[in-house]
Amino acid sequence: MASVSVPGERGRWLTRRPASTTGFWSWITTVDHKRIGILYGVTAFAFFLIGGSEALFIRLQLARPDQNLISAETYNEFFTMHGVTMIFLVVMPLSSAFFNYLIPLQIGARDVAFPRLNAYSYWVFLFGGLFIYSSFALGGAPNGGWFGYAPLSTAEAGNNMLFYATGLIIVGVASTVSAINLAVTIINMRAPGMTMFRMPVFIWMGLVVQFLLAFSLPIITVGLFEMLFDKRFGTHFFDPAAGGDPVLWQHLFWLFGHPEVYILILPAMGIVSEVLPVFARKPLFGYQFVVFSGIAIGFIGFGVWAHHMFAVGLGPVANTAFGISTMIIAVPTGVKIFNWLGTLWKGDIRFTPPMLFSIGFIAQFIVGGLSGVTHAVVPADYQQTDTYYIVAHFHYVLVGGAIFGLFAGIYYWWPKIFGRMLPDRWGKVNFWILAIGFNLTFAPMHVLGLQGMPRRIHSYPESLGLTFWNTAATLGAFIIALGVLQFLIMAISSFMRPKDAPADPWDARTLEWTTGSPPPPHNFDEIPEVHALDDFWHRKYAETKTGRVVPVPAGGADQAVPGGVHATRGEREMEHEPHGIHMPGPSYWPFVSALGFPLIGYGVVFSPWPIVAGAAIVLIGLYGWALEPSAE
Amino acid sequence: MRKSTRWVLGAIALALLAAACSPDASQSSLEPAGPYADTVDDLFTPVFWVAVGVFVLVEGALLWFVIRYRHRRTRADVPPQIHGNTRLEIGWTILPAVILAGVAVPTVATIFDLAREPSGGNVMQIDVLGHQWWWEFDYPDLQINTANELHIPVNTPVYLSLCAAGSGYEAQPAPNECQADLPVPAGLGLSVIHSFWVPELAGKQDVVPGRTNTVWIEADRPGTYEGQCAEFCGLSHAYMRFHVVAHEADEFDAWVRGQQAEAASASGPAAQGQEVFAANCIQCHSVNGLTDDAGEPVIGAIQGPNLTHLMSRECFAGCIFETNTDNLTRWVSDAPSLKPGSLMPSGLNELGLTPRQVDAVVAYLETLE
Repeated sequence: MASVSVPGERGRWLTRRPASTTGFWSWITTVDHKRIGILYGVTAFAFFLIGGSEALFIRLQLARPDQNLISAETYNEFFTMHGVTMIFLVVMPLSSAFFNYLIPLQIGARDVAFPRLNAYSYWVFLFGGLFIYSSFALGGAPNGGWFGYAPLSTAEAGNNMLFYATGLIIVGVASTVSAINLAVTIINMRAPGMTMFRMPVFIWMGLVVQFLLAFSLPIITVGLFEMLFDKRFGTHFFDPAAGGDPVLWQHLFWLFGHPEVYILILPAMGIVSEVLPVFARKPLFGYQFVVFSGIAIGFIGFGVWAHHMFAVGLGPVANTAFGISTMIIAVPTGVKIFNWLGTLWKGDIRFTPPMLFSIGFIAQFIVGGLSGVTHAVVPADYQQTDTYYIVAHFHYVLVGGAIFGLFAGIYYWWPKIFGRMLPDRWGKVNFWILAIGFNLTFAPMHVLGLQGMPRRIHSYPESLGLTFWNTAATLGAFIIALGVLQFLIMAISSFMRPKDAPADPWDARTLEWTTGSPPPPHNFDEIPEVHALDDFWHRKYAETKTGRVVPVPAGGADQAVPGGVHATRGEREMEHEPHGIHMPGPSYWPFVSALGFPLIGYGVVFSPWPIVAGAAIVLIGLYGWALEPSAE
Repeated sequence: MRKSTRWVLGAIALALLAAACSPDASQSSLEPAGPYADTVDDLFTPVFWVAVGVFVLVEGALLWFVIRYRHRRTRADVPPQIHGNTRLEIGWTILPAVILAGVAVPTVATIFDLAREPSGGNVMQIDVLGHQWWWEFDYPDLQINTANELHIPVNTPVYLSLCAAGSGYEAQPAPNECQADLPVPAGLGLSVIHSFWVPELAGKQDVVPGRTNTVWIEADRPGTYEGQCAEFCGLSHAYMRFHVVAHEADEFDAWVRGQQAEAASASGPAAQGQEVFAANCIQCHSVNGLTDDAGEPVIGAIQGPNLTHLMSRECFAGCIFETNTDNLTRWVSDAPSLKPGSLMPSGLNELGLTPRQVDAVVAYLETLE
């Protein structure tokens, strides 16, 4: 890399690295994992508002029987895009936001392993999301369900599902790149002393999720390419008339789709495992068991996919196998719940907003877990599958679980990320609004499903007797909307106050709280040395022989640490003057290279020429990236 | 938090109560009316109560801990740092596994039980074809073909073969086993996945292009059971409903005889409608016994429902309309405005019928008892 620019000299214009550290361009060119985390978070939240609005239209349409507020066509687009959005453009990137921001901070690193690749993931994700949404203006959004079952998705005229296949391939590139980057970061970039079993549970869950992504995304990518080829190039992968098989798509989709469920929930489980110990003022109960159950869930998660297909006609042997494997996965899931309860047991519980959301997560996740077990009872699932009972189940897992967990994370790390506290009282109000709205929306759906209301219907006749609970659910949905609006106002108005958050406002246990709020670009003035699980807590507290906990007097931290390694800490900081820390420079190229993807996508959908232009941009971007001088 | 948990409990109790006492839900899996649905219900009910038990215990523990160990203002010390307990961990790994094993045994038994092909002399065989967006029912042994309403005798196992009808990629005809002896017509809707579901009689069975799935149903008592396609199948998925009508044996025999009869030639005002029908409707619909002026049989096509006994059915167009003069008139006049994506062309706008002709056609249709 040094060959293109003489050391000490700025490169030629093409290879010159951007220099701004504030303002618009600094955000386009940033490779700082913290800023990329914020970009992920803000983008995901914007998509959350869009996907939520689609849900409100769905609920309005179903509030009363026989309504036609939106047409069947729009309804089908909205429920499809609601699913695609919430899964691929909200929960996954919101988890990515936390992973990006926190993995380096929690393992004591200055950045991720590949900072420019990290920026690349974000931009590819953003452009992929925008590409999918541009379909609304370009002839119709995806309308075949987020599950895109062939041959409906492949045989139907129109570009709707081409946008789906192409868009998800693009978003998948982002996730794959990010998964490898973050896994390498966790494995290779841990601070001295941060052994695997001293990592916070959030990091463990992050590691499991990155492996799930890396192994499951290729499967759906194959499926999406086959769908794309069937639609665009006249192949017959899913066409039974030509020897293809529609059920092949279902296997590919769910072989990805079920690990995906754990990709969505494990990050929230990680967050809750961080929040509970801090506000119960006790370490996580059974740390190793929580970690291993997460790993077990990751493995078993690849062996349960056909429980989405019990009514397909795979036969009693297959249904038995997948019914039993689904019951088995309930065991490690239960272990996690019991350990969270164990964490609360004999604690000193403070009901801060993040704690409320975490407890809400547990309470609601239990409901989703138990209804999940009833799906494993295969004959019962013959009745439940494709009804609102399933809708209720997975929203208890993914909203009551994942979204509540992510909200816990937002409240918990907000002071760290933005240097400002969110108002405690309004945070509690926010929790109650969301919890009431959530349960009012989704609890009735259990009843609706068992009473025979199928999913994905834009209308139902009054004679089915489903009106009351549908109206209740719609009311609940608007209460959720109110809660989200209140959160938004609270979050935005927090920026009108000065930065007042201390480095460690919660008396927390992990490394990110040892540095400033917000942390400096280089995270730590000195890379911390780690001596224990919950290292930061051990710097603040010591346990006597009888197990009594005593605070370590200020400045006396060293006695708490076996060997007193921190004794030289102050001196070392003198030596390592922070301005001498080498940080990766910003770069235009991840942005430029990512810009080519939507062009390729439009080429795939409409006409081949943009493919050439898009591919050229990707290539130019990658060359620019490779030839860029390593630092100024 | 305690309020939230109490709230969740309350909501669920209310939901249960409502579920238990809402006889107005007319398509409910909670009101089984046949051995298949009974079997499922008998399995689901105990599992449900086990789940309720676990729910109460675990949520109860959560609630208890949250109340018991809440922070008190007077407390200044840090609680003892308990890192775990291996015996507890082993316990709460094994206990759920044992409960689940208990659930698994009857589950597996029931899976195989329900998958058995019904045997015995009185089993009835019916082919079910899923179209976009209506159901066709073909009784190969009785020479009956009908739509939207599946008639069965009570206390008789009915073995259904499920096929997806329609065209495949590029509008090419896609053959299916249920109509193996028929040339597959062009101009059908797409052959896509549907799911056959009558909650009061049986669980779902998907209708998958290229496969012939089977499911059996049986009704304990006479009555009309509502059903609906349960797998998203395109624009009017919500409008792919149907009825299963269960009859006592003698009543069923009468129905069979009625359905086997051919339509009589229309007379009076309906005769003009018959002519309009023969000119405009037989491209997709058949009426058995329909003849032209010369008395030669007119063979209709099979893309749309066979209308020979239209008026014997309570509902039409995917069972979204009651069969009556008003609804038929609206439907024949402009079907696509009533059912999105309907392949039935608009009588007024596409076929160029006058309102008078529409009335005549409806008058003719009303003779098809």
